[in-house]
Amino acid sequence: MLRLGRGSKIALGVIVSIVLIFMYVPLMLVMVNSFNDSRIAAWPVQAFSTRWWEIAATSEPIRAAVLNSIVVGLGATVIALLLGTLSAFALSRYSFFGKQTVNLLIVLPIALPGVVTGVAFSNTFNSILSPAGIQVGYFGMIIAHGTFCIVMVFNNVFARLRRMSPNLQEASMDLGAGIGQTFRLVTFPQFRTAFVAGGLLAFALSFDEVVVTIFTAPPGVDTLPLWILNTMARPNEGNLVNVVATVLILLSLIPVYISQWLSRAEEDE
Amino acid sequence: MPATDTTAPATTPDAPSSETAGVELRGVSKHFGDMVAVRELDLTVAPGEFFSMLGPSGSGKTTVLRMIAGFEDVTSGQILLDGQDVTAAAPFDRTVNTVFQDYALFPHMTIAENVAYGLKVRKTPKTEITARVGESLEQVRLSHVADRLPHQLSGGQRQRIALARALILRPRVLLLDEPLGALDKQLREQMQIELKQIQREVGITFVFVTHDQEEALTLSDRIAVFNEGRVEQVGTPREVYEYPQTAFVASFLGISNLIPADLARELAGAEGAISVRPERVRLAATDASMSAAETSVIGTITETVYTGPATRYIVTTDYGLTIVAERHNDHAPDDTAPFHRGDQVRAIWYREHAALVP
Repeated sequence: MLRLGRGSKIALGVIVSIVLIFMYVPLMLVMVNSFNDSRIAAWPVQAFSTRWWEIAATSEPIRAAVLNSIVVGLGATVIALLLGTLSAFALSRYSFFGKQTVNLLIVLPIALPGVVTGVAFSNTFNSILSPAGIQVGYFGMIIAHGTFCIVMVFNNVFARLRRMSPNLQEASMDLGAGIGQTFRLVTFPQFRTAFVAGGLLAFALSFDEVVVTIFTAPPGVDTLPLWILNTMARPNEGNLVNVVATVLILLSLIPVYISQWLSRAEEDE
Repeated sequence: MPATDTTAPATTPDAPSSETAGVELRGVSKHFGDMVAVRELDLTVAPGEFFSMLGPSGSGKTTVLRMIAGFEDVTSGQILLDGQDVTAAAPFDRTVNTVFQDYALFPHMTIAENVAYGLKVRKTPKTEITARVGESLEQVRLSHVADRLPHQLSGGQRQRIALARALILRPRVLLLDEPLGALDKQLREQMQIELKQIQREVGITFVFVTHDQEEALTLSDRIAVFNEGRVEQVGTPREVYEYPQTAFVASFLGISNLIPADLARELAGAEGAISVRPERVRLAATDASMSAAETSVIGTITETVYTGPATRYIVTTDYGLTIVAERHNDHAPDDTAPFHRGDQVRAIWYREHAALVP
C-alpha cells in the first residue's frame, strides 16, 4: 500500500471532489429542470410543475423513438451475442492462418470514428444496394450498430475463454456428456457472466449511438438520441428533453447495478 | 437441445460392472504437424494392472494417454480396449475415465454435483445418484465437503474428488495424468499409498502417467519408460531399475554410473557399456583385497554428500571417469564417516551387479 502524507491526502481529496462535481452537477441540473414549469431550462428554477412530464408521457414521437431505440438496440445485441461469441470461440480455441488479422478486423470497428463507419454504410446502402434494388431500410441501421457492438461481446467472452481450462470440456466428455450437453452444463456456465456483461454493454452502446445512426437511419425514423438532438434544436421544448434525459439517467442505473452484481458473483467463484 | 444430448454410449456399463479391461496399442503414431510425438508404439496393458508410463516431459507419454482417452486422434495405428477397436470412438463412447493433472473439477458445481456429473448425463435415476455419490464420497473420506465448491478445497482434497468423479462410473480402465504432480512431497507420498489402496479395492486397470521415477517405482506393477516418442523398456519396477536395457533408462531411473564400452571392456571385461547403481558400489582402501567376482577402479573422493539415510561419495578416477558410491548411514549416528574428501579409495562392485546397456 502506498503511504501518503497529510498534504497529499488533502490535495487528492480536493481533486476528487472537483471531478465529481464536474461530473454530477450537470446531471442534477437536468433532473431539476425536468420539473421546471418554464419553456426553457434555467437556473434557479422559478416555478416547479410536472407539465413536461405529462407532455412526455403522452408524446407519440417520444414513444416511437424509444421503441426504435429498443428494437435497434436489441437487434444489434442479438447479432453481437451470436457473432461475438462464435468468433471468440474460434480465436481462443483454434490457431489458423491469419488469426491475428481476423482478431484485429473484429476489434477495429470500435476504434474507427463513427463518422467513417456512418459514411461507409451510407454509401454502401445508397449507392450500391439501393440501385441494385435492395432496400435495407431499418435493418441496415441494426447491422451498422452490430458492427461495433460485436466488439463488446467478443472482448468479454474471449478474455474469459482464454482463462478457462480446456480440460473442463474434455473432462465433461470423458464423463460421458455429448457435445451439446457439455456446452450446456459446463462451457456456457463458465462464460455466462461475460456473455451477459458483453450483451449489456452492447445494448448500452447501441442505445445512445448518434453518429452512425444519423447516417444509417431511414428517412423519418428517429431513435431516442436522434429525437433528443432534433428537439434540442427547437428552443421551446428544452425541458421536454430534460424529462427524457432524467428517465434515461434512472434507467441506466439498472445495467450498472446488474454488471456490478455480476462481477461480485464472479469474485465469489 | 440437439440429439447429441441423448446419445448414450452404446457400451456404457450403466449397470454395475466390476469387469476390468486391458488396453492394447498396435503401431500407434501421432504427428503434430512436422513433430512426431509418438512413433510406431506397441504396448499391452493387462487387465487389472497398475501400469505406469514414465518419461521426461515431451517424451510422448501424455499424448499416449490422451489417445487412449479419445482426446487426440491417432495418426496411424490401432487402439484396442478389451480387444475391441476403439480407435475412432469419441471420448464419451469409451469405457475409460480420466483423472486430469489440474483435476478439471467444474468450478461452478458443488463437490457432490461434480461427482454426480457422469451419472446425471447418463440419466441415472435421482435416488441412485444420491446413493452412489454418498458412497463415492465416503470412499475418499470427503463426505463432509459435499456442498462446497472446488476452490474451497485443498489440493489433496481436489485430487481425491477428481478420483471419485472418475471412479463413480465404474470405468474398465482409469487413466491418470500426473495426478499427484501438483501436491507437495508429503501429501504426494500419502496419496501414493491411497491410490494403491483404491486400485486394489476397485480392481480395475490403472494407466498412470508420471515423470517422477520414484512414484512410478512405488506404485506400478509394470512401467513403460518413454523417451522421444518411443518406449525404451517395459518391465516391473525391479526389472527396469536393476536391469536397464538402455543408457537412457539407466540414467532416468535413479542415479547410475554409466561406464562407456571401451573402459568397461578394459576394467570388467564387459561386452559393451555398463551401468552400476551407486548402492552397489563399495569403497575401500586402495590396498584392500577383493574377490575374483569383483571389479574396481582407483580414484580420489572429490565430494561427499550427506542425504540423511545415506552418504554419497563422488569419486573421480584417473580415466576421467566419475563414479558415485552410496553408503547407508546405518552405523552409530555420531560416528564419523570412514572416508573424506581427498582420500584415495578403491571403488569396488560385483561384475554381475552391472547391467549391460547397449
